[in-house]
Formats: sequence, structure tokens, C-alpha cells
Amino acid sequence: MNTLIAIAVLGVICLLAEIFNLRKAIVPVMIVGLLAILGMTMTDFGVTESHYNNMIVVNNFTVTFSSLFIVLTIFLVTLSHNFYQEQATKISDFISIKLFLLAGAVSMVSFGNLAMFFLGIEVLSIALYILAGSDRLNMKSNEAGMKYFLMGSFASGIILFGIALIYGAVGSFDMEMIYQASNSATTVDWFYIGVSMITVGMLFKIATVPFHFWAPDVYEGAPALTTATMSTLAKVTAMATFFKLNMAMNGNMKFEYELVIVIVSIASMTVGNIMALRQNNIKRMLAFSGISHAGFMVMALLNLENATGSLFYYTVAYGLAGIAAFTVILYACKGKDNEDIENFNGLGKRSPLMAMILTASLLSMAGIPIFSGFFAKFFILNSTLQAGWLILVIAGVINSMIAVYYYFRVISAMYTKEATEEAQKVPFEFYIVAVVAMGLNIAIGLFPSVLMDLF
Amino acid sequence: METILKEIGVETYLYLSALLFSIGVFGILLRRNAIIMFMSIEIMLNAVNLMLVAFSTFHQDASGQVFVFFSMAVAAAEVAVGLAILVSIFRNHGSIDIDNLKNLKG
Repeated sequence: MNTLIAIAVLGVICLLAEIFNLRKAIVPVMIVGLLAILGMTMTDFGVTESHYNNMIVVNNFTVTFSSLFIVLTIFLVTLSHNFYQEQATKISDFISIKLFLLAGAVSMVSFGNLAMFFLGIEVLSIALYILAGSDRLNMKSNEAGMKYFLMGSFASGIILFGIALIYGAVGSFDMEMIYQASNSATTVDWFYIGVSMITVGMLFKIATVPFHFWAPDVYEGAPALTTATMSTLAKVTAMATFFKLNMAMNGNMKFEYELVIVIVSIASMTVGNIMALRQNNIKRMLAFSGISHAGFMVMALLNLENATGSLFYYTVAYGLAGIAAFTVILYACKGKDNEDIENFNGLGKRSPLMAMILTASLLSMAGIPIFSGFFAKFFILNSTLQAGWLILVIAGVINSMIAVYYYFRVISAMYTKEATEEAQKVPFEFYIVAVVAMGLNIAIGLFPSVLMDLF
Repeated sequence: METILKEIGVETYLYLSALLFSIGVFGILLRRNAIIMFMSIEIMLNAVNLMLVAFSTFHQDASGQVFVFFSMAVAAAEVAVGLAILVSIFRNHGSIDIDNLKNLKG
């Protein structure tokens, strides 16, 4: 709970720094502050408690996922300094919005009451609507903001309707009461309609097929750093929340629900990968790749008892690889008006280290051993196999083979095509973020038990 | 208050709010004017508020009414952001028709 308060206070400090004309100090101070909050959050590990009438609960699930969100935000804040150089007067707005977004993300995993869940998801979404439309003179950014706003608030409306129906059936917003109701035989039918509507809304937020159509447009149009935020932090948060909701909500409707999840998972993996094959814009390609990764992540719902560890491992691996990849994209596409794969031609000669980082992160997303992406897929497929869904495991393996093709298109553009322009200097922060993110990714790939033993 | 709810029945409120919610959903799916789409979102959220209040009385439990305050505050913040995006679209484009937003596809 202290984490949530500290993050919100840090966001307010960031806004106040603007008034006192301390713009230059904002990024370093916020990084130090977030590192302190990360340390404070980790000391809560092993504690189980609840605050404010069970509004906020603290347990290992919330502590580990909150730490992951804070780490991702540290990377994103570090990248902000260079990315917003041309809008340096507005940097405190951008960074404080990111911090409030983090506060929403933390309350989304540490809720003990549906009211807190709803507030968390709305704080996260509203912050993202602002960030998506933040490049306000650019038509693409406006369009992305509008599309994201319409789809996001439509999904929020559906989630809210589901919450109201659950309240009608249970008579309380408390997750423990909902858990009991979901396991009792006398629950009214409204409850199941409510659970289905919340599921639909959450699938919208995670961007799985058939609710994925907004993702490619929004990812392409939004400023690149916002796309990085959406595809790493927001996706991981929504997935962790969806997992936590499912632990409390689906007691009685095991098989039917699992069947829906299996179909959604196969459809997202397949559609995401096949659509990604023909994309020429790398942000759009990563959007479809994110849809197929979402298909992998929902597999964790089939084995709710044992899959927490493998879901956490997958989100860490995916988040770190995404941050590393987007760092290189920010570098290679700086000052360009699009993010086509041609921009990466000859990057292997222009900037060998950056090309190597992008190669490594794409290989991690594709699931090649040594990188943590491979073990992530291995653990999640293993837990699916334990749950008895062999067909889903087969579909997952076939899809990870298809995925290698489009990741290698980028890699071959970097190493085999001739460079069309002069090499630019890589900003210092980009080096740090890319190397640290990729180093962590490889480290957890070499020692997966560090994360798996947490649960 | 409770006696009125008993005479009418909580189901009636449920049907009414489901009807309002559907009007909102179809408004978003069918209309192409951004302001009308915003209105439809508001109708969706207010349909839910009506249902929460009805259930709150039905259960004799105040937490549903408190939730309505949260959802109203959130809806206000959401629409404020949406209108800000709409203003910047109007400045760049000169129109608020959603069909003009066709730059992103593929």
C-alpha cells in the first residue's frame, strides 16, 4: 500500500518541480525516487496484509508484479529525457502522467475490491489516452488517441456493466465475497453474465482476437515511447489483473470458460502472427506480435493454481525484450516520420551494439534458447500441458515457428542491406537502458529459477 | 424507497438499464459523429449507474451508491480527455467526422 501512496506523491513532486523551474533535475530525481520505491516494495515480500477495509491487499503476487511495473517505468522514464528533447518544457507533464499511469497499474494488481480495480484500470487507461494523443500537431497521433479513447471507454463501459451485475448477484464488491459466491451453487445467473462481460472488457484491454482491431492502428499512430509503454507496461498490467480476477471469479464454470480461453488463445496467436508477416512498419509488426504474445499469456488462465510463476516469468521476459527493442526503434527512427523496416537497413554497420541488442530482443520474443523468451514459452506451454490442453500446446509451437520468419526480416534488413545514411551518435541513456534490459533478459534466461521460485 | 422497489420489482430496473446500455452500444457502433459517440458512451455509463443504485437499494447496502460517485468522477475525467483529443483533431482537420480518420491502416 505504501508503494501506491509513494508513487502518487512522486507524481505530484514531479508536477511541483515544474513550478520551481527544476526541469533539468526531473528525470534523475524520478529515477532515484522510483528505485527507492522499488526497494521499499521488495521489502514487503512475504508479507500478507490488507488495508482500508480490504480495499488494497498486499501479498507475493502484488509485490512481484508491482516490482516489475516499477522496473519497466524506470526504463521508460530514462528514455523520456531524449525522446521529449524537442518538447523539453513539457517534460514534467509527460513524466508525471507516466507516474500516475504506474499508480493505476499498481492499484490494478493490488485491489481487494472491485471499486479499486475499476479506479486502477481507469487511471491507467486515461493516462494512456493522453499519451497516445500527446503529439497534438501530428494527424496520426490524433487519430490514434481518438481510436484508443473510443475503444477503451467502450471496453470500460462493458467492464462497468459486468461489475454492476456482479454486485447485483453478490451484494458486495469485496473480492472474498465474490470468491465465495463463485463457488456456491445458489448464485444467480446475473453473476455469470457479469463475469463474461468483465472478461470481454479485459480481453479488449489485453488486445486478443477478436477484440484486437484497435491495437495495430493505435500502436502505429501513437508516439514511439507511448507505443513502448502500451506494448510493455499496459499489456503486462492488464494480463496480471485478468489473471487475478480469474482466480476470484470463475469457480463454477470451469469447462465452458476454459474452452473460450483456448479458442481466444489459438485465434490470437494465429491471427497475430499471420497479419504480422505482411507488415512493413515495425511498430505495426510489434503490435501484431504483441497480439500473438497475448495469446500465449492467456494460456496461464487454464492452470490458475500453478501458472502464476510461469505467467510472471513470461511477462518479465516479454517486458524486458520489448523495452530493449523499442530503445533501438527510438534510436533508429529518431527524426523520421515513419517507422518502416527500411530505416533499419545497414544498422549492423552503423551501430553494431544497437543492432545486436535489437537482434537479441527479437530472438527473445521469437523464443530462441539462452534468451528468456524461450524459457517463458517453455514454462507456459508446460503448465498448459499439465492442464490437459494438448491441442493448444501444438498450436503454440507451430505459431512460434511462424513468428521466427517476420522477426528475421528485420534482422536480415539490419545485416544484409546497405546503409542509406550516416551513422548517428547513440545517446548515453539509450545505451544504458538497452544493455541493462537485455542483460536482465539474458540473466533470467540463464537462471530461470530466480523468478520461478518466488511463487 | 424499499416498498416502491418491491412493488415495481428490481428486474424492471435491470431491463431498463440493459435497454439504455444497448442504446449506447448501438450509438457507438452506428453513428459517425464524434460528439454523438461521446454521448453514447455517457449513456452506457449512466445505464450502469442506474443499475448500481437499484441494486444498492435492493440489497440495502450503501456501497453501490458510493461506487456510483466513483464512476461519475471517472466518466467526467474520461470525457474531458476525449474532448481534448477531439479539439486537436478539429484544429488539424476541420471536421469531427470519425470517417475522416483513415490515415492508419494495413
